[in-house]
Amino acid sequence: MLNTLDIARPVAARPSAQAPLLSVENLRVEFDTSRGRVRAVDGVSWNVYPGETMAIVGESGCGKSVSALAVMGLLAKPAGRVAGGRIMFGDRDLTKLSTSQLRELRGRDIAMVFQEPMTSLNPVLSIGMQLAEPLRIHLGMNAQEARERSIELLGLVGIADAARRLDQYPHQFSGGMRQRVMIAIALTCNPKLIIADEPTTALDVTIQAQVLELMKELSQKLGIALVIITHNLGIVARYADRLTVMYAGRVVEEGTAEQLFARPRHPYTLGLLRSVPRLDRPRAGLLDTIDGLPPNLLAPPTGCRFAERCFLRAAACEADPPLFDLAEGQRSACHRHAKLEQALAARPAAPPLPEAAPSDGEAPLLSVRALRKDFHVPVGQGRHGLVRAVDDVSFDVPRGTTLGVVGESGCGKTTVGRMILRLTPQTSGEVLFEGTDIASASAEAMRKLRLRMQVVFQDPFSSLNPRMSIGDTLNEPQLVYRKARNRREADERSAELLRRVGLVPEMASRYPHQLSGGQRQRVGIARALAMQPSFIVCDEPVSALDVSVQAQIMNLLTDLQNSLGMTFLFIAHDLAVVRHISQRIVVMYLGRVVEAADCDDLYREPLHPYTQALLDAAPVPDPTIERQRAARVLKGEPPSPLNPPSGCTYHTRCPRATAECAGIVPPLREVRPGHFAACIKL
Amino acid sequence: MLRYIVKRLALMIPMLFTVALLTFFLLRVIPGDIVEVKLRADGGNVSQEVIERERVRLGLDKPLVVQFGDWMKGIVTFDYGTSMWTGQPISREIGIRLGLSMQVAVMAAIVAVLIAVPLGTVSALFRDSWIDYLVRIVTIAGLAVPSFWLGMLIILGLLSLFNWSPPVTYTSFFTDPIANLSQLIWPALAVGYRYAAVVARMLRSSVLEALQEDYIRTARAKGVFERLVIVRHTLPNALLPAITVIGLELAFLMGGLVVTEQVFNLNGIGRLFVEAVTRNDFTLIQTLVMMIAVMFAVVNLIVDLLYGVLDPRVTNQ
Amino acid sequence: MTTLSQTALRPSPARRRWRDNPVVDFAVSQPLGVAGLVAVLAMVVAAVLADFIAPYDPVAIDFEAMLAPPSLAHPFGTDSFGRDILTRIMYGARTALTIGFISSFIGCTIGALIGLASAYYGGWRDMIVQRGIDLLLSFPIIVLALVVVAMVGRNRVGGIDVNLICAITVPIIPRAARVVRSAGLSIREMPYVDAARAAGYSSARIILRHMAPNVLGPYLILLTAYIAQAILLEASLSFLGLGVNEPTPAWGLMLSGNSANFYQTAPWMILFPGAAISLAVFGFNLVGDALRDWLDPRLKT
Repeated sequence: MLNTLDIARPVAARPSAQAPLLSVENLRVEFDTSRGRVRAVDGVSWNVYPGETMAIVGESGCGKSVSALAVMGLLAKPAGRVAGGRIMFGDRDLTKLSTSQLRELRGRDIAMVFQEPMTSLNPVLSIGMQLAEPLRIHLGMNAQEARERSIELLGLVGIADAARRLDQYPHQFSGGMRQRVMIAIALTCNPKLIIADEPTTALDVTIQAQVLELMKELSQKLGIALVIITHNLGIVARYADRLTVMYAGRVVEEGTAEQLFARPRHPYTLGLLRSVPRLDRPRAGLLDTIDGLPPNLLAPPTGCRFAERCFLRAAACEADPPLFDLAEGQRSACHRHAKLEQALAARPAAPPLPEAAPSDGEAPLLSVRALRKDFHVPVGQGRHGLVRAVDDVSFDVPRGTTLGVVGESGCGKTTVGRMILRLTPQTSGEVLFEGTDIASASAEAMRKLRLRMQVVFQDPFSSLNPRMSIGDTLNEPQLVYRKARNRREADERSAELLRRVGLVPEMASRYPHQLSGGQRQRVGIARALAMQPSFIVCDEPVSALDVSVQAQIMNLLTDLQNSLGMTFLFIAHDLAVVRHISQRIVVMYLGRVVEAADCDDLYREPLHPYTQALLDAAPVPDPTIERQRAARVLKGEPPSPLNPPSGCTYHTRCPRATAECAGIVPPLREVRPGHFAACIKL
Repeated sequence: MLRYIVKRLALMIPMLFTVALLTFFLLRVIPGDIVEVKLRADGGNVSQEVIERERVRLGLDKPLVVQFGDWMKGIVTFDYGTSMWTGQPISREIGIRLGLSMQVAVMAAIVAVLIAVPLGTVSALFRDSWIDYLVRIVTIAGLAVPSFWLGMLIILGLLSLFNWSPPVTYTSFFTDPIANLSQLIWPALAVGYRYAAVVARMLRSSVLEALQEDYIRTARAKGVFERLVIVRHTLPNALLPAITVIGLELAFLMGGLVVTEQVFNLNGIGRLFVEAVTRNDFTLIQTLVMMIAVMFAVVNLIVDLLYGVLDPRVTNQ
Repeated sequence: MTTLSQTALRPSPARRRWRDNPVVDFAVSQPLGVAGLVAVLAMVVAAVLADFIAPYDPVAIDFEAMLAPPSLAHPFGTDSFGRDILTRIMYGARTALTIGFISSFIGCTIGALIGLASAYYGGWRDMIVQRGIDLLLSFPIIVLALVVVAMVGRNRVGGIDVNLICAITVPIIPRAARVVRSAGLSIREMPYVDAARAAGYSSARIILRHMAPNVLGPYLILLTAYIAQAILLEASLSFLGLGVNEPTPAWGLMLSGNSANFYQTAPWMILFPGAAISLAVFGFNLVGDALRDWLDPRLKT
């Protein structure tokens, strides 16, 4: 009961002397599932002060969204309910309000922006109708007043031609635009507080920057307090004043952004910060990881919930830690918070990243030449449009190295990977694997080639066959390709493969649904290794994973490359991740390569304006750096691939574009030795 | 819009032609000659000569391809030939029965939709309550009770309560609307029960699905009244897929009529179809099959056009 | 490598609870399904043990007991030939179950294979299959069955109504194929199928080993639902005189012919066989529905 006592104690120093706007006190939320009762939020407290931006940070399943939904009274019924604690908004306890009192408050005093802009707007109602609804319900406006205010609001969130767009429907808006509409809806009644639940997770990095800048600017201008729920530490560093870190249904640390990023006082916060690859630091060694997995909330451990994964674990950790008050409002739920820095200094530094050097003069393992892919997509009423998903893409992957392919969604990077594996036939161009053209390979030759090139997919939940045990999944390629003579030999090799990817051999008897995301991704890698390939296409292999697990998988890939001399094509949208793992990088935009360079050259001196914009838009997890950086937000949205701009496809968004750019398709040329860019302004 | 309709109608032609081709030739693959069935029906001993003469009269002596060509030519000119059994023109055989069957179908559809929409919605909104269980049991029963048995139960009930039995003759709506309606409402109910059950079940699941959508959460987060969340945000989305089912089931009512007309002594299309099958009346069967295919295609087109009007995602493409 | 090898196999944290048993879980979460299962089991018992538990011979004509109302000797009464209706219902269950199960099994299996292959291959092959399915789906089940009856005639082969089974199977095939195809299309896009293709496995292996087990759920639901449909269809066809032939006991047949002449004098001739059909179909539908709700993760809380 230490926890409760601690919360009841008045808190001395606060960044703000005001009373909190919203104060969540010792909140408990339970869900009834078919497997038992889950206490998703277990004694959590956090405050929001007027006008500030507070971030709740944590990995999936830590209870960060659930606590926000509890504030709004939007927990999924009847499974979820508030089981204890208070939610004070002013002097009212939201958990005690009647349904209709809570409804009056929602949208008027507290508004919410959700993660999925594509599904959060009603597809059969016009945007105008959806915007006007809260105005008419809460403010009693008539149709004309509501419409005028709606036009004003759309202008405020940066949607041009507002009067006309009010009569349109959600499917006529892009994802970024829909999120702007959601923000406009949240702003309708001038709420005191907006809760944004992963507002940009579904968006590309350039659009993410636009949306977040907009939210920050508007909340400051209108004096609205903002709660941002996110797993992205970069966003937190740039936009949050204060943050609350959650782990397994509890708050583990809170404080200002500066405090937590400079001097985290909980091992979990520290681990989170150290396990993400950083754009602002030189590439160094393997990533720090947090070992193991978060506890199962059906049967949470007693004592400190992080103890099992903690390098500072001691006997004291068997008791439930209270939130210890540290200097200036920073609080940490770690018994050993005072020892943290000392212990960290004593830890050995991460081993340096061995640099895989391409051996000069040797022919590349894989060459892609003028690859192109056209898709015919239906555009309604039986008509079809042509989308050139990949256009004139060429690159080499030297043996034993990693080539990173980076770009936003729809840039064609995944299609390139699929054409290399002949999962999607190309429209034209060549894919040469050790000099053999894959497109023209016979079925027999292809079977031989498949042994040498394998794939690891993004989504660990669907990349394993749910009806096959892990052992069967790993045995299958060995038996089909006679890598093992019999079942027993295959079992033995599978056990060896599981050990190789950091799992225990006993896992073979399990089924995918019994594994965590990171474990499944390890099995996916083991399945690729079972063929003993020399080349693996990794298609967004870590983007669906939590940061601590992401680091584990990236370290595994690095290790495999070093010990087995493997060659990788690494496709990803996260610039820091690609940088960490690749030797050479290709940047794609709307189906074309805009820049290709060695990793360090590219990040040190990006040449193409699009690469520069991408790097500017990606926030780094350091508030000091972030606050010094001017906001340089890339304007506009990626054009429709059905109707791409003429000339350089980037000229519609490029700050350097002139009339000339619309006329010429810029060729990829060598601007510096080994550094190619497709821009005529260089 | 008009162009779209014309294009859709044009696309129906190859489909209907395939139906015609398949029915015509598959019907004639298995031996089973109508002439023999007809002339030797009562065990009578008819000479081969008579049979041959009858075959020539019906055009059955010509090669199959020629027969098919004749039929196709007839269809284009709205001349469907004559029934192999009664010798009457098929257009007349169908004409005198079509009105009756259509009326029963339309009445059944109206009754069914009126019952199904509130039932399905309420069932979803009060999911897992006693009312939901009741609706679910009633609707599953609707799929289970054969319409002909339901018809028999209705007759049994009317007989024992009012001593009313189905009249042998059909009264047209225009001569005596009351007599007409009181005669046809019972078969309409017998086939409409199943129809209502299908629509209500469909609606229940689409309302449940819509309620789980993110935009419903958005509406609640805006502070929209719960009643409006249902009426304005949930129902329009849930009713859209139900339109398809309402349309298709209307086109499929023919199936129910096939047996129910038998029970109520109604001389409609369904009964004609059963008789045609019993008597191997190929010309009649193939024409009826074509008619059902056309009806289905037209209903489908109407449903699609309705979507164009009601679903903004289709309208503003 | 310490960081990697420490991701140990974790003991399953939650204790094994009694609801972890799928049978128990089904029983607890789907009470209507259990009710349906009881009806189905009753029918199976009647069908299998008819020879031992039926009080009379199903085809024995007994003019003494003609049109006898329900009594202790004849619980459901007798028909116009004096045959015991309860006995005929028990033997009718045998007919209904045999024809229902065989037709549904053949129809769903063929349909599922067509649907899977069509989803896997895509392109022009899928186009053709789809057009074929659309074409067959434009006819109500009973109309299609009647057309098949008209095509293949009504002959018994080796004591089994092969033609009847054929007539009932044909309408089931496109319906099963459509459902399985759409399930197959989403499975086709799953990365694990891409992984199998990238591993160079044969198409047959991918369809049967990787895709088929993942449509087992929809397949079982279809199988149950179409047993119900097939029983209903068999009853309808027999009622029309185009299905099972006298004197074989069949529920639809018991309602057809001259039973309509006895509305007032012998209503039990109508009530009991119809109730048997309804109960059987009802039972299978309940089971099918419960299976669907139970297997559909979206509706799970």
